[in-house]
Formats: sequence, C-alpha cells, structure tokens
Amino acid sequence: MTSTAPNNSTMTLAKALNTALRDSMAEDNKVLMMGEDVGKLGGVFRITDGLLKDFGEHRVMDTPLAESGIVGTAVGLAMRGYRPIVEIQFDGFVFPGFDQIVSQVAKVTYRSQGAWKMPLVIRIPFGGGIGAVEHHSESPESFFCHIAGLRVMACSNASDGYHMLRQAIALDDPVVFFEPKRRYWEKGLVDVTATSEHSLRTVLRRTGTDCTVVSYGPSMAVVLAAAAAAETEGRSLEVFDLRSLSPLDLDPVVESVRKTGHLVVVSEAPREASITSEIAARVTEEAFYSLQAPVIRVAGFDTPYPPSRLEADYLPSLDKVLEAVDRCVGF
Amino acid sequence: MIAGLRAINASPNLVSMLSPEGVLSQHPDFPLEVTTDLVKSLYRDMCLVRRFDREGNALQRQGQLGLWVPLLGQEAAQIGAGRALRSADMAFPSYREHGIAWCRGVDPTELLGIFRGIDFGTWNPAEKKFNNYCIVIGNQVLNAVGYAMGQKLDGVLGDDDAAEATMTFFGDGATSQGDVHEAMVFGAAFNAPVVFYCQNNQWAISEPVEKQTRVPLFARAAAYGIPGIRVDGNDVLACLAVSEWAMNECRTGNGPVMIEAFTYRMDAHTTSDDPSRYRLADETQAWKLLDPIERVKAYLARNGLADATYFDEVQAEADELAARFRKHCIELESPGPERIFSKVYAEQTQQLRDQEAAYLEYLDGFVDPEISSTESVAGAQAGARS
Repeated sequence: MTSTAPNNSTMTLAKALNTALRDSMAEDNKVLMMGEDVGKLGGVFRITDGLLKDFGEHRVMDTPLAESGIVGTAVGLAMRGYRPIVEIQFDGFVFPGFDQIVSQVAKVTYRSQGAWKMPLVIRIPFGGGIGAVEHHSESPESFFCHIAGLRVMACSNASDGYHMLRQAIALDDPVVFFEPKRRYWEKGLVDVTATSEHSLRTVLRRTGTDCTVVSYGPSMAVVLAAAAAAETEGRSLEVFDLRSLSPLDLDPVVESVRKTGHLVVVSEAPREASITSEIAARVTEEAFYSLQAPVIRVAGFDTPYPPSRLEADYLPSLDKVLEAVDRCVGF
Repeated sequence: MIAGLRAINASPNLVSMLSPEGVLSQHPDFPLEVTTDLVKSLYRDMCLVRRFDREGNALQRQGQLGLWVPLLGQEAAQIGAGRALRSADMAFPSYREHGIAWCRGVDPTELLGIFRGIDFGTWNPAEKKFNNYCIVIGNQVLNAVGYAMGQKLDGVLGDDDAAEATMTFFGDGATSQGDVHEAMVFGAAFNAPVVFYCQNNQWAISEPVEKQTRVPLFARAAAYGIPGIRVDGNDVLACLAVSEWAMNECRTGNGPVMIEAFTYRMDAHTTSDDPSRYRLADETQAWKLLDPIERVKAYLARNGLADATYFDEVQAEADELAARFRKHCIELESPGPERIFSKVYAEQTQQLRDQEAAYLEYLDGFVDPEISSTESVAGAQAGARS
C-alpha cells in the first residue's frame, strides 16, 4: 500500500479519512464513492473533498436524495464486482436505508452461501457535541451490532481513522463505519506506512491497575482525559479503545479486569440494550470471580437525544467518568 | 363492477399479438419473428412450469413444503420475459419467478429448499445470473438498478452480442414501496440498463390494484421520464416481443424501460392465503377464458402446426418433470447444524467459531442425537400451517 500523504504527518481525523478514501481509490479502481453531496461539495463534512476532481464522476457519484436508494444500489454494484463506499450524511438519516442494510446487505453472503461477497462500506458521522438540530447527533451503533452479517467499527482518532477505514474497504464483508463527527477537526500523527492489518482489534490506550475503562469513538478522548485527571488523584486507570464494535474483541478487556477487578464502560449511546450492556454481560460471564464490583456504565440517558443546549448534560463527561470509577472502586 | 373484470375491459393501450382464440397479429412497434419452433418451445416451457408449480402446491398440501408461492396464470408473463434474456444478462426476481428461474437454467428442484426450510436457494446466483429470491417487497428492484449501474460502468453496452442488461421483477403491490420508486429515480438518474418488469396480477394478497394506484401502472413510468409499456401478460408472444425490445433498448444504452405485464393470479398469493375471502368466482372465471397456455394451444392446433401427439408428448414430459420434482423434494435431507454458522461473513469470526464449537459439543452430549432434530421438524410443520 502506498499513500498520497507524507509519512508520519500530523493531520485532522477528517483529512485522515479523506486520505484513506483517496489511497484506496488510487489502489483499486473497483472502489467507488457514492452518496448525497459527496461530489462537488466534498460531503457535508468535506470528507470526500477533492475526490471527484481526481477520480471523476463515474467513481465519485452524487446520488438522488434517497438513503434506501443509495444503499440498495450499492448492493447491486457490489454484486457486479465493485467495492462501493456510501456516505450517509448524518446518523439520524440512516433509517430510511435501514431496511436494505438489515434485509439485504447483512444477509446476501449468508443467503447465497458465499456466492456473493458484499464488500460495502457504509460511512456514518455519528454522535453529539456539535450543537446540531434534531436527528444530527445520534448514536445508532447498537442497532447494527445486533445484526449478524454486518461488521461495525468506530474510530476515535486520526491514525485509526486512516487505518481502520483502509481495512474496512479491504474487507469482503459489509462494514458500518462510524466516524465521531465532533473529533473530525482534531489532529493526530498518522503513519501511513504502518500496516492496517491489526487496526480492528481492541487496543490498550493506557495502562493502569485500579480500574479498567472501556470506550470507543467520540468518548475516547473524554476517557483519556479522565484517566489523566485520576492519576493526579492517585488512581490508576487502564483504558481500552474497542475500535471494532462487532465483532467485539473483549479478550484484552477480560484479561485486564482479572487484574483490576473493576470495569467501567463509557458510551454516549442510550444505555438500555446497547453495546455497554453487551460488554457488561460478557465480562460478567467470563470474569465473574475476578470482579470486585458490578460493571458500571456511563452512557446516554434512555431518552431521545435532547435539544443541543442540554447535550452537555446528556453526554459522558470527565466528571461522570470519574464519579463512575469512584463508585466502582469504592463498592 | 368487480375490480378484475373492469381491468380486463379497460385496456386501450394493451400490446397484444395472440388473441384468446389463438389468432396471431403482429404489433407495429414490437416486431417478432414467429416461427413454429419458437411457439412450440414457448408452449412447452409454459406447460412444464405450470406442471411443477402445481406439484409445488400439492407438496405443500401434503406437508412436504412449509409454503409454496403459485404462479398459475402468470406463465406467459414470465416465459415471455425470461426468454428475452441472454445468458450474460442479469435477473433479479421476487419470490414467484419460477418461470424466470426456468428460463435462466435453474433446475426447478433448486427452488424447493427455500420452501422446505433447508436453504435460501442452492443455485449460484452469480453464475446463473439469477439472483436469490427476495422476500422483502421491492428490495431487489434497487439491487437490480445497482447491478445495471455496474454494467454501464463496465462499458458492456452496445449493439454487439456481448452487450448486457438487467431485468428485475416485482408485482403491482410492490409499486407502492419506496424502494421501487427510488429504484426508478436512480435508474433514470444514471441511465441504467435495467428493465422494470411489473407483473400486475391484480392482487397484493387481498389488496386489489386499486389500493395501490389511481393510474394504470405503466403510466407511472412517464413521471420518471422512461418508456412505460402495458403488455397483455397472458400473451407469451407479446411479452417476448416487448421484453426483447426493452432489453435491446437497455443494452444499447437507451434504458431504463418499464413494462407492466397485465395478468392475473389464478391461485392464492401463497398456500397460506385464502382468496375466497376477498374475490369473487366470477372474476376468476372471466380470467380463465384468457388462459395463457390455452391460446397458444389453439393457435398451434387451428393452424395445423401441432397435433394431439405433440400435446401428449409435452404433457408426458411435464408429468416426468413433476415426478422428479416430487422425488427430489421428499428426499431432501435437512442440513446439519453447521449450516447455521456457515458464511455469515466472508471469513468466520472467532465469536461464531466459539458459538459453533460450543453448540456442537452440546449436541454431542445427547445419548440419542435424533432428539433435537425431531423437535425441529415438528416446529417446521407447525409453522407451515400458520
């Protein structure tokens, strides 16, 4: 793999994702980009900026305004041997395409016993924190994790944005790829020469001994800040970034819980029947005798996403994470 | 006026070639070279498809299939369209397209597993160029447009023999689905080489076509800026002529095209349906006079192109096919539990490897391995009656 970006350059998550799309398209002419406004505008978040100019309208397709149409035609293109990447403008707009994702995208390989591959990536900017209006700040990832046949990923920083998206495009499985929209403009070091191969495993972000904390996507930065703050108070947190939400790679988390005896799971999605529920259940099954306290969750409330003037109350914050760690360790 | 009868009487734009009495006339816009061999082969296809379709119905009634979806009455609509496809063309069916399957070279026995609960269709959809049946109404129409967009990107359009196009099949009820609307918007926006083939069989389970539309369905095509043609769906020659024209339009880059095959579902929606609750015998009787097979038989007989021996031979061949179909059905073995975990992903995940191993180990713990499978058969039969 060769990249258009200089090695070890500092770039925003948005630029890293753009570079991943560009590099994948340059490498394989079967890779296509499609969605609303992805061409001339470069996407509402400019993630596809410049791709139309470099690859032409046959490979960067501005589509009619219809999510089921975008996903449903991408299915047919994948059957024809293409590797379409579709952009859904905002998290709350994926639902008109949900039927195609659940009924076709996820099941084509199973139904045909492998005669069809479905190398389709559905990119969704997700999560709150940007002061947006209704339907622009949701965290629908648990819906997709519940569907067998889909892979679900969420990146949390520029380096992972590049390597995880490269890996998602390379896979022969359909991937729902969540991008934390409020982190798009945060910069990080991206080593484009590194292999993307292991970018889908849960990764250790910080070592610690008192409590294990797991998160992903937009909340990772909050958790890392909380871990730094905890250290000043003499408490040592071990932090993991899931990266792949389905399938989940929980082995390193279970291993860590065996050491710390405590687990806090952080996500801004509503709590009930969610990824945080799944992690709590699985860790309880696999490390019950190591747990010294119940698994504590810091999540969104079980409400629709609130008006943006209240989103600071809704989202996991540094204080909420520290309070949860206190409850867990002090149980 | 009864819905279906009114529809028969109000079809000024209907393209037809072969009258119910078996009288042939050419249509100026859709010429077709009608040879005796062609008509005979179309007749044979329709007879064979009808015969195994009836056997499918019987097998369900006898508890051998969980469900069957009858095509009775729609043989001409399907054989006419299916025979217009070349081997490189692609077809995206709904779930009643046994006649299209036949034309794509999918053996009828390969349709049985779906309705017996064994698989989702064993043919290779990529090789046969005939996708798996689609149960969700209208999904496949969008998938077909995407495939056709791919054909266009591949540059396989033109007037040579290698040119390709796609045909997708759906019913009158499906035209109310957002996916079908979006498919026509996308098809038109990208000039995709796709034929939208709507079999208007007048009923979406118990809902008459009046519940789906206030204009003739083919007239909707105008709103997307594509040609819309209403063809007599009980006239196999007209269906073939119109479909060939439409596929050629698409292959040469003038697609898409919408065809409404105006026909009638002579049997239930599926074997779980009871049409006597929602339609009158008069309506069915009136359509019976328009039977797609009888008019071809009348044409062949009145012109001295086939004799009783020929018709008997076709019937005997149909009976043999039905016997093979039945035997295959009854002998189908249920798959092992490994099938549950197979090909969920391109490569199996660790999570599924673990679940599969744990389940197989659990099954190994039984003294009599038949116990769990006996339970699942009872469950399938209970479901079949629902």
